[in-house]
Amino acid sequence: MTAADADAAALPPEARRARCRGLLPGLLAWLAGLVLFLPVAWMVLTSLHSESDAATNPPSVAASLTLDGYRTFFGAGGGTSPWPALINSATAGVTSTVLVLTLALPAAYALSIRPVRKWTDALFFFLSTKMLPVVAGLLPVYLFARDTSLLDNIWLLVVLHTSMNLPVAVWMLQSFLSDIPVSLVEAARLDGARLPAVLGRVVAPLAGPGIAATALICFIFSWNELLFARALTAVTAQTAPVFLTGFITSQGLFLAQVCAASVVISLPVLAGGFAAQDKLVQGLSLGAVK
Amino acid sequence: MTDPLTAAPAARAGAVPRTAGPRPKPPALRAWATRAPLLPALVFLIAVTQLPFAATLVISLFDWNALRPGERRFTGLSNYTAVVHDAGLRDAVVTTMVLTASVVVTSLVLGLLLALLLDRSFRGRGLVRTLLIAPFLLVPVAAALLWKHVLYNPEYGLLNGALTWAGRLFGVDSPPQPDWISSMPLPAVEAALVWQWTPFMMLILLAGLQSRSPETVQAARLDGAGDWQVFRYVTLPHLRRYLELGTLLGAIHIVQNFDAVFTVTSGSLGTANLPYAIYRTFYQAHEYGQASAAGVLVVTGSAVIATFALRVVSSLFRGGVSRG
Repeated sequence: MTAADADAAALPPEARRARCRGLLPGLLAWLAGLVLFLPVAWMVLTSLHSESDAATNPPSVAASLTLDGYRTFFGAGGGTSPWPALINSATAGVTSTVLVLTLALPAAYALSIRPVRKWTDALFFFLSTKMLPVVAGLLPVYLFARDTSLLDNIWLLVVLHTSMNLPVAVWMLQSFLSDIPVSLVEAARLDGARLPAVLGRVVAPLAGPGIAATALICFIFSWNELLFARALTAVTAQTAPVFLTGFITSQGLFLAQVCAASVVISLPVLAGGFAAQDKLVQGLSLGAVK
Repeated sequence: MTDPLTAAPAARAGAVPRTAGPRPKPPALRAWATRAPLLPALVFLIAVTQLPFAATLVISLFDWNALRPGERRFTGLSNYTAVVHDAGLRDAVVTTMVLTASVVVTSLVLGLLLALLLDRSFRGRGLVRTLLIAPFLLVPVAAALLWKHVLYNPEYGLLNGALTWAGRLFGVDSPPQPDWISSMPLPAVEAALVWQWTPFMMLILLAGLQSRSPETVQAARLDGAGDWQVFRYVTLPHLRRYLELGTLLGAIHIVQNFDAVFTVTSGSLGTANLPYAIYRTFYQAHEYGQASAAGVLVVTGSAVIATFALRVVSSLFRGGVSRG
């Protein structure tokens, strides 16, 4: 089977078929892949160059490699250590993801396996909160945090990231739980299995990969989040993205260091995203694409 | 072949009526038992996301500047008058619309081309797919920094470095070395965002392409349809719902984009979109009342668009079922 190709319209059928079998589409795909990947590759290469090799025009591609960029980023040159920020990001990511799953799993169960009446309305309410710009609620949150001494406190961020990811998780889990055949659940219940047993032995194994993908995507969104973190944290609770924005202004322009920092901070997301590639589409499309 | 764009939700609506479990309970109690698992999530979400909006609404009716804390007083709708007449905020509305529309459309078109290429089998397809996803998996701030400093930098950036190379290659003595961000600020932000969002669109559209039934395509070919006709009359109609879904999800994220605008241009040179403008109003100008009024207007506008968008989503899901 050959897929349709817009630019092949004008060719006669024989030539077209020959072309489709030929190497051209594969070559084009490779070319496109490499062009889009080039900035990422360049970032990694620059992170391994010395500062003077990183700042040349034309670029020094074959310059010798060094880990100095990473050493300086991790505070070797007397700069601020990124570890507190990385730990804050990990804390916010892991804790908010656990909270999200604790709240979203029962909710998704009540929207799929044993649906409440008008469950579509509830589902769409969850989604609608995602469409209203978060920035509009930022000021009251800021004032509340200031008056309760929660500014620059990582737990405030945990709560906000939980609310930010909860609708996404409810939609994703609802989609994954709906993939479980109702008949399996009903059969287990008719056999006299109690609810915990049904959940543990029937639902959990089948929904496991979906739950893992949901957790991963929630963690990524929390790890990436900048607006709340930027407005509500300062020194002690700053997350990795906030550290990254401040890092530039305080240290001036050091390309190798900027690249090393970007690589380090993106690494967990890249690793997680590649690991979850198969479920990524279903997750990011809120379960609409399977 | 089942259509993967199905909504489980709607499928369940038409599903068999379910039994209540082994022991019958009174109907009211049963209804609450079914509802109970949903409540913690609902209550939490309303408390954390809806209460701040209510507070924003109240604050928007006050004249309240953080630098003059003692002078907070009720002023009715005068903040709204100020906001509507604020040229900066009006520009931000236009910028947001231009930014969102251009990024969504461009990444959708590029994503479609890539998805069409990746729909064929060729050597190393899995690897190319992985390479293509990488831009989407960079932390947005890191991606924005990468574009700002490593690609756009007028002296050492890769773009101008490539121009120098090309100049040497073709014997041009002084190749152009544009200052990308100052000479084209909005396109500079857009390019960085398109680069990050094209893989996302590609993934959704590729899933759409791979869900086409091969029988339909073969039947069309037997009827003598060429590649273009198959694309125009079979593939494109099938992809319509996937294109709508990509548009909707892309728009939700890009309307609210803060990272790229904040990092690449700091909202200067006419690139301040609404999230950035509101952030700046309360963070730099400390005009709490006006920032809140702007927030209320933005929420109202978003609610109108969201109602429309939700209708698209629910028709997507219903459409999936009627076809599936």
